[in-house]
Amino acid sequence: MNAAVALAEIVLALSGLGILMVGVLLRQADFRFASLLTIAAFIVAALLVAVEPHGTGLFGAFVTDGFSTFMKLLVLAGAVLAVLMSLDTARETQVQRYEFPVMMLFATIGMMLMISAADLMTLYLGVELQSLSLYVLAAFARDEPRATEAGLKYFVLGSLASGLLLYGISLVWGFGGSMDFAVLAHTLSAPAVASKGLLIGLVFVISGLVFKVSAVPFHMWTPDVYEGAPTPVTAFMSTAPKVAGIALLLRVMMTPFGHLAAEWQQVIVLVSVLSMALGAFAAISQHNIKRLMAYSSIGHVGYALIGLAAGSAVGLRGVLIYMLTYVFMNAGTFGCILAMRRRGHLVEEISDLAGLARNDPLLAFAFAIFMFSMAGIPPFAGFWGKYFIFAAAVQSGMWTLAVLGVLLSVVGAFYYIRIIKVMYFDEAKEAFDLRPASLSLVVGIGAVFTTFFFVVPAPFVAAATLAVKALAF
Amino acid sequence: MIAALLFWLFAAVLVGSAVMVVTARNPMHGVLFLILAFFNAAALFVLAGAEFLAMVLVIVYVGAVAVLFLFVVMMLDIGAARRKGGWQAYLPAGLAVGAVLFAEVLFSLAGWKLMPAAVAVPQPAGLSNTAALAGVLYTRYLLLFQASGLVLLVAMIGAIVLTLREHTRSRHQSIPRQLARDHRETVVLLDVPLREAPVVPGEAKKQAAPAPGGAE
Repeated sequence: MNAAVALAEIVLALSGLGILMVGVLLRQADFRFASLLTIAAFIVAALLVAVEPHGTGLFGAFVTDGFSTFMKLLVLAGAVLAVLMSLDTARETQVQRYEFPVMMLFATIGMMLMISAADLMTLYLGVELQSLSLYVLAAFARDEPRATEAGLKYFVLGSLASGLLLYGISLVWGFGGSMDFAVLAHTLSAPAVASKGLLIGLVFVISGLVFKVSAVPFHMWTPDVYEGAPTPVTAFMSTAPKVAGIALLLRVMMTPFGHLAAEWQQVIVLVSVLSMALGAFAAISQHNIKRLMAYSSIGHVGYALIGLAAGSAVGLRGVLIYMLTYVFMNAGTFGCILAMRRRGHLVEEISDLAGLARNDPLLAFAFAIFMFSMAGIPPFAGFWGKYFIFAAAVQSGMWTLAVLGVLLSVVGAFYYIRIIKVMYFDEAKEAFDLRPASLSLVVGIGAVFTTFFFVVPAPFVAAATLAVKALAF
Repeated sequence: MIAALLFWLFAAVLVGSAVMVVTARNPMHGVLFLILAFFNAAALFVLAGAEFLAMVLVIVYVGAVAVLFLFVVMMLDIGAARRKGGWQAYLPAGLAVGAVLFAEVLFSLAGWKLMPAAVAVPQPAGLSNTAALAGVLYTRYLLLFQASGLVLLVAMIGAIVLTLREHTRSRHQSIPRQLARDHRETVVLLDVPLREAPVVPGEAKKQAAPAPGGAE
């Protein structure tokens, strides 16, 4: 059975149950206590992931390899940053209840299941566990009509996507004869086996997964949900689940369907180009910073998918590095957004940032670093993420895709740099409230990582190279 | 022989109660007939040797789904808006859906008969099908089984978190607080000189803020 491969998940699930019980039994257990326990559980899980034995376990339903270790550590890092961010901002955003960090914990278990899925059923249950927790989190501020609307919208559209995914899985199962990734890969290595029915199933599976990473044409929910959900939840949704979704897409495309690359490549190229274009153009006219970040995340997923479309080991390594830089700069950006508070209320308009450079120069400086990094300006981490991706696309001979990507990132740079202009050159507005230490910590971690990534990229690149080796190369 | 008799009995009651579900004038009767239909379907499963499915049908559909229906019917007070005829309007759509369902059942039956590959999974010797199911559920599909459990747990926590409101103004009893009281808190002995109004300590405070905790 070899359950040891899933030790980190088991420990995390048990600690989730434990935290819930502690909340019932201990009177003085409050939101802060639950958050700290959750962070501790994440750290223990990360240590277990770092030393986990690699192999297949639980009757072939679960696999750990270099790829899963890399991605799970990234997901756990994103989750820890998200819980840290919610620590001192939960009251203003009406999410200060004991179950809040616990839901994040269960969502994280779902993500780790997605990353380690070795058959289509594990994949589906991981996706479902993660999504269900996120639906609840999005609606967590239940007295806030916007949050309720966001939760409901996310739930309805997410269920539709789950339906597409399940339908695809059933077709693949019917025409491919198995749900196990290894068996499917073996069956499909004979090119004649790939029937039309299987390809249709594959397209449905891709649609379901693409919804979960909010790439075009399944992105419609993203701006509304990002705007409506409480900001700590938005911060969480835009980091860890994106990593898990991309990881799942990579594993499903490369492991069971690796031999059908010629078939799915065009779909991924189309999704990637459309996402980049929408992310670049639709964000220009936004006034709300959370909506802007929604379009920005759509764009980033588009860039990351270029690496998958390239289909080479170098391309996949690019995706991993891209997600690594994305998690830290995105968490940092949301740390800055959560610090936008006046008299105990969050403000979300971009114009509210005016004069931040004068009122809080450190925060403005960090925000500027993140924006430059998102725009892909060297020497910040975001540039290196894009560099590895575009280099891989060129190596695979996908010149058009690389050139389009560079052009669209120039368009994207416009709205990122506009924020810097507002902060540094617009007439100053009232100062924000004093930012809590936990937010400063998150912003600091993000800023240090984003700024100094170029000094020591070698260990990260080496880790990513090692991780990609696990995916059929 | 007896099995065949029982089959016809259960099947007849099943069909009869299913008809009553859609024709009953009182929606409450409709739901009760639905429960009867579930029980008869469960009995048919038992006759077919699928006792696990029968249990699940009773536990899930009678125990949870039908009770939920009852709640909805009671809460919405549909009795007031009883159907006054007009079923002919729904007849074509109903017949169409019924025909499609019937055709599907027919196809699957035909597939069963015509395709040699589609044979029933052999029953493991000496095992009831509950034990056989548990055998794979707790070994081969352990991860999926536990993960589904987590999904359901999340659904439950979510439902509670999003809807439960603690009513701070309700006057429910707090048993521990009641039991923790002793006479020293409540009984005050005063030396009252004759013909003078007693001055009770804490009287004014009590009037300003009535004691919380309700039934005292």
